[in-house]
Amino acid sequence: MNEMNRVRLMQGNEACVEGALAAGLRFFAGYPITPSTEIAELLSERLPRVGGRFIQMEDEIASMGAVIGASLAGAKSMTATSGPGFSLKQENIGYAALTEIPCVVVNVQRVGPSTGMPTSPAQGDVMQARWGTHGDHPAVVYTPWSVGETYSLTVKCFNTAEELRTPVILLMDEVVGHMREKVALPAVGDLEIVNRRKPDKPSRDVYLPYDPGDGDIPPLAAFGDGYRFHVTGLTHDMRGFPTNDSKKAEYLHRRICDKVAKRRERITIVESRDTADADVVVVAYGGSARPASRAVTLARGAGVKAGFVRLVTIWPFPAEEVASLATHASRVLVPEMNLGQIAGEVERALKGRAPVTHLGKVGGVLFTPEEILDAIKGV
Amino acid sequence: MACLEDYLRKGSMPHIWCAGCGHGIVMNSLIRAIDKVGLDKNRTVVVSGIGCSSRAPGYMDFDTLHTTHGRALAFATGVKFANPELNVIVITGDGDASAIGGNHLIHAARRNIDITTVCFDNSIYGMTSGQFSPMTPTGRFATTTPYGNIDQPFDLCELVKGAGATYVARSTTYHAPLTVNLIAKALAHKGFAFVDVLSQCPTYYGRRNKIGGGVEMMKWFRDHAVQVQKSRGMSPEELADKIVIGEMHSSVKPEYTGEYRKIIDRAQGRGPES
Repeated sequence: MNEMNRVRLMQGNEACVEGALAAGLRFFAGYPITPSTEIAELLSERLPRVGGRFIQMEDEIASMGAVIGASLAGAKSMTATSGPGFSLKQENIGYAALTEIPCVVVNVQRVGPSTGMPTSPAQGDVMQARWGTHGDHPAVVYTPWSVGETYSLTVKCFNTAEELRTPVILLMDEVVGHMREKVALPAVGDLEIVNRRKPDKPSRDVYLPYDPGDGDIPPLAAFGDGYRFHVTGLTHDMRGFPTNDSKKAEYLHRRICDKVAKRRERITIVESRDTADADVVVVAYGGSARPASRAVTLARGAGVKAGFVRLVTIWPFPAEEVASLATHASRVLVPEMNLGQIAGEVERALKGRAPVTHLGKVGGVLFTPEEILDAIKGV
Repeated sequence: MACLEDYLRKGSMPHIWCAGCGHGIVMNSLIRAIDKVGLDKNRTVVVSGIGCSSRAPGYMDFDTLHTTHGRALAFATGVKFANPELNVIVITGDGDASAIGGNHLIHAARRNIDITTVCFDNSIYGMTSGQFSPMTPTGRFATTTPYGNIDQPFDLCELVKGAGATYVARSTTYHAPLTVNLIAKALAHKGFAFVDVLSQCPTYYGRRNKIGGGVEMMKWFRDHAVQVQKSRGMSPEELADKIVIGEMHSSVKPEYTGEYRKIIDRAQGRGPES
């Protein structure tokens, strides 16, 4: 793309594709599912142009497996899906978390459970993005509210995945995925691009794929580099081989969670405005944050001291940031297109300092600003 | 040939397999075949699913990937497609390949992607202590068929052939030299190659079905095996309790990663239709 057309009208799903390619995506495996399909369609055309590879797999499970295999072969890899597919991918997402294979999973949320409403927006997968796979595991989840932010957050997802050696989830919703907005894409040279750390020892030396050395994230070689290492979804030692040693198991399971927890502040992105004197603070994210933002503006115009907090990172949950931004609030309102998922986290973060009201919607329609305004006013 | 031990990770021994288990023989045959074909250890990836057979890559000195149950071919497809220069071998069991991983098996065969799959086929779920699999013969006993199995087993070779695999063969642990030759041909083949190797599970299958220990089970393979050429002159009744061994199918079709290379060329304006 030349500089002339870096300002473009595009869809959220399209911005995700542009961001992924800018971040260095070279492998995509997917399965058709609404409302994420445009991502696969566009990448089937774009990836071979940059020497990358696109494959439509036989199912969602296979797509996730192929993404992990490709990442181990050295390619920055991604898949995209929606609720039903996200459910099917969960076992392999846990595999990537335990084996510390970087990859990006995009979930353009629709109404669930089950087949639900395939072309209608929802935010019902928030808890699944955190706890969808079995066992304790780390989760890094970003949620964009605009087309432009979808681009920048997709880049961030890859950077975080590569740096932390962990799967990262871009939790979009149908509103953002299908919405079209004017976007000014940054020049690719202006982007910070992170690539996974590779072992610096010559290949003939012994490489321990799960030895973090002085840090807490081990370097990752690619298959074919000559290290001849083992990767298993069984709990493993630093060599990568299965172990039943409880000390080694305790160490591994804590390390993969701690490496994310320790970087919580750096991972966390929260935006806010008008919170300093706010009586009512609205905490929103994703597509719902758009009418919420408008509602806060309308409330201020009507003389209500309302403040706005938008969560860009939802996992790890930005509890400290939310608590400090709502310090003086007498009430906190959480509008989300589900029956109460982030609201519970906000409540935990506030530890009873202010009552939390949840405003839910699960009929497949986005809030209007007026609906949220009424809730701000306590109507 | 090189010393077989050069292909093993002695540090990951002892292996988990029971006394009399056939899986060591199949792994041995695979290593001999790799040596025979001369694959570069640094450019060869061995991928497996879950089960007794799927522990084999942990003992083999290559880049090795022990995945989730049934998904070895999905992961292997990612490895091979992301870097087609690598030799990719899949080790799977009969339950892993034909039940939970059945969809991936037929689609890898359909794409004719250049992956060699070796099925360590012992007709039982050994790791979970002896439940019947889609390869357990009708009438046989397992911990979940206490009254006898009423399921019909697959003919895995016919299944993958029908799905599009371009090299298909079967052998048994008794016929080890044949197994080596068939796997070597599979490794040299360009496209999806499948070798079904019947292996014995004396602990759960042999004992429960009163066939005996490992040696008796291998003798059973010897006495019931029929070469594929000979089988063609036999009636279905004569073949009822037989194991047909040998090369079932070999053909040439466009290979997936090679076809995609052409897509890349076309997309980058180098192809004939650009």
